[in-house]
Amino acid sequence: MNVSRKFLIGVPYVWLLILFLIPFLIVFKIALSDYAVSIPPYAPTLDLANGWQGILDLLSGLDFENFAFLLDDDLYWKAYLSSVQIAATATLLTLLVGFPIAYGMVNAPDEWRPSLMMLVILPFWTSFLIRVYAWIGILSNEGLLNSFLLWLGVISEPLIILNTNIAVYIGIVYTYLPFMILPIYASLEKLDASLLEAAQDLGCTRIGAFWAVTVHLAKPGIIAGCFLVFIPALGEVVIPSLLGGSRTLMIGKVLWEEFFSNRDWTVASAVAIILLLILVIPIVLFQRNEQKQREAGQ
Amino acid sequence: MTINPAFAPWLDPQAKPIIDFQSVTKNYGDFTAIDNIDLKIYPREFFALLGPSGCGKTTLMRMLAGFETATKGTILIDGQDMADVPAHKRAVNMMFQSYALFPHLSVADNIAFGLKRSDMPKSEIGGRVDEMLRLVQLGKFAKRKPHQLSGGQRQRVALARALAKGPKLLLLDEPLGALDKKLRHETQFELMDIQEKTGTTFVIVTHDQEEAMTVASRIAVMDHGRLAQVDTPDRVYEVPNSVYVADFIGDVNIIRGAVGSVDSDIADLKWSEGAAPIRALAGPDLKPGARAAFAVRPEKVGISQSEPTDMHNRVQGRVEDIAYLGNMSMYFVRLADGTLVKAQVANVRRISRRGITWDDQVWLSWTDTAGIILPD
Repeated sequence: MNVSRKFLIGVPYVWLLILFLIPFLIVFKIALSDYAVSIPPYAPTLDLANGWQGILDLLSGLDFENFAFLLDDDLYWKAYLSSVQIAATATLLTLLVGFPIAYGMVNAPDEWRPSLMMLVILPFWTSFLIRVYAWIGILSNEGLLNSFLLWLGVISEPLIILNTNIAVYIGIVYTYLPFMILPIYASLEKLDASLLEAAQDLGCTRIGAFWAVTVHLAKPGIIAGCFLVFIPALGEVVIPSLLGGSRTLMIGKVLWEEFFSNRDWTVASAVAIILLLILVIPIVLFQRNEQKQREAGQ
Repeated sequence: MTINPAFAPWLDPQAKPIIDFQSVTKNYGDFTAIDNIDLKIYPREFFALLGPSGCGKTTLMRMLAGFETATKGTILIDGQDMADVPAHKRAVNMMFQSYALFPHLSVADNIAFGLKRSDMPKSEIGGRVDEMLRLVQLGKFAKRKPHQLSGGQRQRVALARALAKGPKLLLLDEPLGALDKKLRHETQFELMDIQEKTGTTFVIVTHDQEEAMTVASRIAVMDHGRLAQVDTPDRVYEVPNSVYVADFIGDVNIIRGAVGSVDSDIADLKWSEGAAPIRALAGPDLKPGARAAFAVRPEKVGISQSEPTDMHNRVQGRVEDIAYLGNMSMYFVRLADGTLVKAQVANVRRISRRGITWDDQVWLSWTDTAGIILPD
């Protein structure tokens, strides 16, 4: 192996080391520390002036107390569970909304496709925070949606949507929809129309052919889209904080409050480490799906 | 095709057709893809729809499969009106030009796809799949995915899948179009073999006239949504009913002129001032004085250095070009009035013994029944 190849392979590893592994180890170290009224708000800290003895002192001061605390207080595992449930439901909803959109885009006339693609991507050009605030304006009791429905006479009292889990679902579906649409669109785009005819020719009804061919061939796109929505939705902070209510329990929100309201960095770090471990499972599954696709595509 | 001389159901008025197009028209907006076609195809036939792209041959086939409906007219399959029968309920299977193999399924699962959706008991499906794999000699490839196969192997899987349900009628859309020439020739004979073994009626769409001639019991030559001629390969070649057909099938010399006299089956064509009229078979609908064209195949034109006295049809010209094709040579002879006539001679001798060369004055001659005079 020559030097330039080593260098090329080395770059991503150095990147991971600096931007992932070292910060992770720092967070992990904080998670093993104890809470202290000091700056920074944890102890022990590394004192390099003492040399080896300083490192040994540091290591002896570390323990798993914070992780034990997470198990003791049922707030945390309830928050994890609730996050998984909310993220999974929101992912399913995003799929139900995203698949028809992707399917419609693929079947749209060729000259429409770039415009439709543009419309899917366009929201990314505005700040995510502003778009979530905009939903407050739409969903609140005096918001656009309620005013409109009251004006239509469909309802006589405003619907309470804001500050409920429904608002969180709406927010997640809205925010992550492009991540669902784009991979499904990519997998449907390659679909040969004669495959559907072949399925019908061999005895499938139209709906049967759609299921046996279109949905099956879109499966890699559907799986990729679901992971791309589920993984960030699980740790989502902004959407549950702004759109969810006091009873919306999501681990991202708990983490945020632990860090900034409680200023308990040690417990917050432990929460973050566990969240990462939970996320590793879907990320590994996602990578495996991608790998399988690459092999099948050869 | 090695036709059993007895197999000519189209000549038997009692025979029941498996396919019956009755005054079928198909319009796409203003465009008429199929223009009032009547056509009967009989069981066990290997029927070829032949024509240039856009002539309507694919539309005709897709109507049989159930992917298109006729704008006007009736299509009967086995005596049953197909107007309201959707594609998935027809005892018709199609082999697609792109093969349309399901990329996520193995070879065996592709073949089993239709069987699983039929009323065949589950226990019998495996046996049927094996039988089809043997038929197309792909036993070893049952577990492969389509992308792991060569073009020729994919073509066989597509054929096996289309035949698995034992359809009454198999439609083949340019089935050999994606194969190279040598493989195409081999596969043509395999197709004929499989057709004979299974006894299925085959309808093939092709733009390759050689392929149609090789495999088909009858050929329908199509032109702009109409049937120009429907006949056996030898009759389409030997007695075309129009200049279009004569020109589309094989190589041909066309000499244009006006009809002289018309006997029952022999006619004269006045083609050049001062030259003796050409005498040849009379095509349909010839009227004395009308414009007509004489069509003769190059291999039926003789070439000699001295004037042949035993033939009525003889003309003199100058050899302009010679194409040496190995097994035969094509002579391009310019006649006095400027017409270029091709004469094809089998190279039974070695080339060095050839007596005729460039710029030689030669005589071209042909018998009275070698060519045909057709309305132009």
